[in-house]
Amino acid sequence: MLKFLTILKVGLKAIVRNKLRSTLTALGIIIGVACVIAMIAVGGGAQAAVQQQISSLGTNFLMIFPGAATQSGARLFTGQSTITEDDVVAVRNESPSVAYVSPMARSSAQVVVGNLNWGTSIQGVGVDWPFIRSWNVDRGGFFGDSEVRSAAKVCVLGATVARSLFGDENPVSQTVRIKNFPFKVIGVLESKGGSTMGQDQDDTVVAPYSTVMKLLKRTTKIDMFMASAVSRDAVGEAQAEIEALLRQRHRLGPGQDADFQIRSQQEIAQTADQTSRQMSALLAAIASISLLVGGIGIMNIMLVSVTERTREIGIRMAIGAKGRDILTQFLIEALTLSVAGGALGVALGIATSRFLAWKQQWPIVLAPAAILLAFGFSAAIGIFFGFYPARKASRLDPIDALRYE
Amino acid sequence: MTDPAVIRIEDLVRVYTMGEVEVRALDGLSLSIHPGEFVAVMGPSGSGKSTFMNIVGCLDRPTAGHYFLDGTDVSGLDRDERAEIRNGKIGFVFQAFNLLSRTSAIENVELPLIYAATAHTAKGRADKARHCLEIVGLAGREDHMPSQLSGGQQQRVAIARALINQPKLILADEPTGNLDTRTSREVMAVFQELNERGKTVVLITHESDIAEYARRVVVFRDGKLVEDRQVESRRSAAAKA
Repeated sequence: MLKFLTILKVGLKAIVRNKLRSTLTALGIIIGVACVIAMIAVGGGAQAAVQQQISSLGTNFLMIFPGAATQSGARLFTGQSTITEDDVVAVRNESPSVAYVSPMARSSAQVVVGNLNWGTSIQGVGVDWPFIRSWNVDRGGFFGDSEVRSAAKVCVLGATVARSLFGDENPVSQTVRIKNFPFKVIGVLESKGGSTMGQDQDDTVVAPYSTVMKLLKRTTKIDMFMASAVSRDAVGEAQAEIEALLRQRHRLGPGQDADFQIRSQQEIAQTADQTSRQMSALLAAIASISLLVGGIGIMNIMLVSVTERTREIGIRMAIGAKGRDILTQFLIEALTLSVAGGALGVALGIATSRFLAWKQQWPIVLAPAAILLAFGFSAAIGIFFGFYPARKASRLDPIDALRYE
Repeated sequence: MTDPAVIRIEDLVRVYTMGEVEVRALDGLSLSIHPGEFVAVMGPSGSGKSTFMNIVGCLDRPTAGHYFLDGTDVSGLDRDERAEIRNGKIGFVFQAFNLLSRTSAIENVELPLIYAATAHTAKGRADKARHCLEIVGLAGREDHMPSQLSGGQQQRVAIARALINQPKLILADEPTGNLDTRTSREVMAVFQELNERGKTVVLITHESDIAEYARRVVVFRDGKLVEDRQVESRRSAAAKA
């Protein structure tokens, strides 16, 4: 142990003796580690941003459309909706994994206030819709069961619509005209921003589905319905339960094509999540290459160092250093360079990430695991690339090494 | 049975193969050197002096024959075992001094202790090194770098390094080859003094006047021992200095 400490000191002294060279050698690792950490931070930040956008949609809800889904697309939904309000009620009452349901009737119309008008989508929804979409009302309130039952002419405005038609004025309790019907504004939704697809989610008006069906669409059928699972993990179960229940209610035998289609937000979320994951993996991979190049730099310098110090190695061997001692000495040098470089690289990487977050307003996530990994990797690189030169040194023949000029 | 000889060599053969050609650098050499002797090994270049020195110094192994160092047959030892022998039983002094550059005198002297079988503390090493530097007359120069020392002083640092593990044998390969006459005599005085204190010294040289400082001269030619004599009128380096 004492001997190891002494050899450690010998190795460290050699590094200190060649300050410029040691710094330049370590620089490869410093830049490599800093790159990896900054790239993982940026990639992680992007991923977190995507996930946040997705969860703003509500990740545990399902959309149930009428009509069959066929791979060929030959038999698309054309005629009457096959899903009824009764189906929605049945799902709410009989599926244990379903927390909320909301029938949906969608339309689009001009919304008029005085001489201002705004073309937007009108969503007819049920009372549970805010819970499904986890979308709260910013000002005013939401409609309840009585408004749905009576098909009341009330609506809740999306933030964009509210701003366009009312500016800084409070729209609550004002009246807007939709297809010439006066609707009382009872609330304004909080702003959600753009969706992952780039649509402005706030450009919408929400009204009771019964009102939309009766007044705006003149139909007795709902377009589709939404359902949310009791938890994120229960989405699959909820989907299965809804499917089984609807098949039973629609009297579909096994093997018969369903006359409805269930899509989960999770599928969309997974795709987006996967994309951003691949992106950050790519960034990390590119950064790892620079770390690898840094490792080769260490190997290069260590090889030069071994050749340059052949005489020294010869002297040490002549006075009794074993191959193992020489190996240890050179490994320690390589390891110290890479570990010191790794530590500085971690500092530089964190600083760079912080700088990007501040200057470019990029979302960054500094994961301690990633930092540890980059640091550990740099140490491993030191051992890996230091081993060959060190072994070369340890295998020198003392007679030749002493004669070396 | 204890072997009184420090070095006992029996029919030593060392053959180098260079492509097709075989060179017999040592060709059946036998020689014994006893404790307290001061032997100068002489011979023209190609006589096998260096090969002898490498084998005696446990840097190389003989092709055939036996080499007993301090009673142990060391001709069959592997790399690590030979390193241990070099560290503990042999003190080397080279023609080119072979000190580590940019390393202080005292650290150069300490060097063999780092690789010694018994561990030493930093202070223990420094104390021993300081003592050895005193023996060779370099007290007060502990912190000088080799580049700040004269050739003679550097060689004395090397001798101090050779002494630190209290070896059975001091092996000097042309120690005065890079030195002028006056410094050569200084260095030889150190060897003579060490010999007087009981150290066994084997000196390889091609200068006959340097050989005259020894007590016994052996001459090699073509890998064989051709002359082995006691020095009649031994020169004293100290007296003339």
